[in-house]
Amino acid sequence: MSQDRIEENADWVAAMARIRQSKDKAAFAAIYRHFGPRVKAFLMRSGADASLAEECMQDVMTTVWTKAHLFDPSRASVATWVFTIARNRKIDALRKQRRPEPEDVSWGPDHEPDQEDVVALQQESDALSRAVAALPEKQRALIEQAFYGDLSHSEIAEQTGLPLGTIKSRIRLALERLRRSVQ
Amino acid sequence: MSNISHHLNDQLLLGYASGNLPEAFNLVVATHLSLCDDCRARLESMDAVGGALLDDLPVAALADDSFERAMALIEAAPEVKPAPARPSCDVLPAPLTDYVGGGIGAVKWRAVGGGVKQAILPTSKDASVRLLSIPGGAAMPDHGHRGMELTLVLQGAFSDDDGRYGRGDIEIANEELEHTPIAEPGPDCICLAATDAPLRFTSLLPRLVQPFIKI
Repeated sequence: MSQDRIEENADWVAAMARIRQSKDKAAFAAIYRHFGPRVKAFLMRSGADASLAEECMQDVMTTVWTKAHLFDPSRASVATWVFTIARNRKIDALRKQRRPEPEDVSWGPDHEPDQEDVVALQQESDALSRAVAALPEKQRALIEQAFYGDLSHSEIAEQTGLPLGTIKSRIRLALERLRRSVQ
Repeated sequence: MSNISHHLNDQLLLGYASGNLPEAFNLVVATHLSLCDDCRARLESMDAVGGALLDDLPVAALADDSFERAMALIEAAPEVKPAPARPSCDVLPAPLTDYVGGGIGAVKWRAVGGGVKQAILPTSKDASVRLLSIPGGAAMPDHGHRGMELTLVLQGAFSDDDGRYGRGDIEIANEELEHTPIAEPGPDCICLAATDAPLRFTSLLPRLVQPFIKI
């Protein structure tokens, strides 16, 4: 099961590389078929009706294509990267607010992350998914509530115990390598 | 990048990752993340929780011509060139120059007394955020807090009972905290301060003035 997931993560990473390098429509279609219905479900859970969710989902997936060069597989799985785009679209479309983003740190055209770092991060992402899936029902429901937008920031204060494992140190390492390499 | 000792807490990071913070708080968080890779790594690991949840969602049916319409959008869109680097200056990281409309020289300061200057930045109404400039060596406006207040140092430093706050450090204050931070001697201390409730100043500024200066 988990080996399957790692292979799946690796497939999505490879599909993103084909989109970036050769504008591969078949690779994009595969990503669309998998993530499109999930992004739409996420937007509907966050309060959008079906037609607004469909429209925003198409925007999100269009951004996946146009910003493929910004995806960094040493710091995120494709699912995580798609989630951040969908979350920002949600804030923009449903809450009508600007979303301030931190300064970009990305590899640029001349460098790319080590393959080993990419493999390690995809494994960490899988471990995190398993930990989230294994949470007691009540705690998982609370975390879902936070991510689907039903909790205010003061209500979030009550919660602890996100099963982050060691993914943070992996991402920290990847950021260090990135900073060194683009300097 | 390495001298930061006062960081974001999990509550703010999770609020930012899940998109539940007021815009004013998002701006403070994004500015701190621009200066602090430790918090950026923590944030991106919380994003990964969002990714795990997304991947596990029961799917919603797409419109019949969904993919074709998305491809049409892509083909109709102008070629996206790598975006030019967002401008930043020595004091203001990129998220702030976006809101100020330029570097520190472009800030439209207004004097609020005692040599203190402020510039309120436009955000949604559920919280407010402003740049504050306090003369070196001066006491910062003495105030208690209602709700939550975030203060991020961009230039200079201030100290209070909890320690010293320099560039990149963030103070997270709640209702219990009543304190008098002092700006360090030297250049003006410039901070980004956000609150989800009006501040109540207990000295320096008479409370009567508050409605007029929009704090």
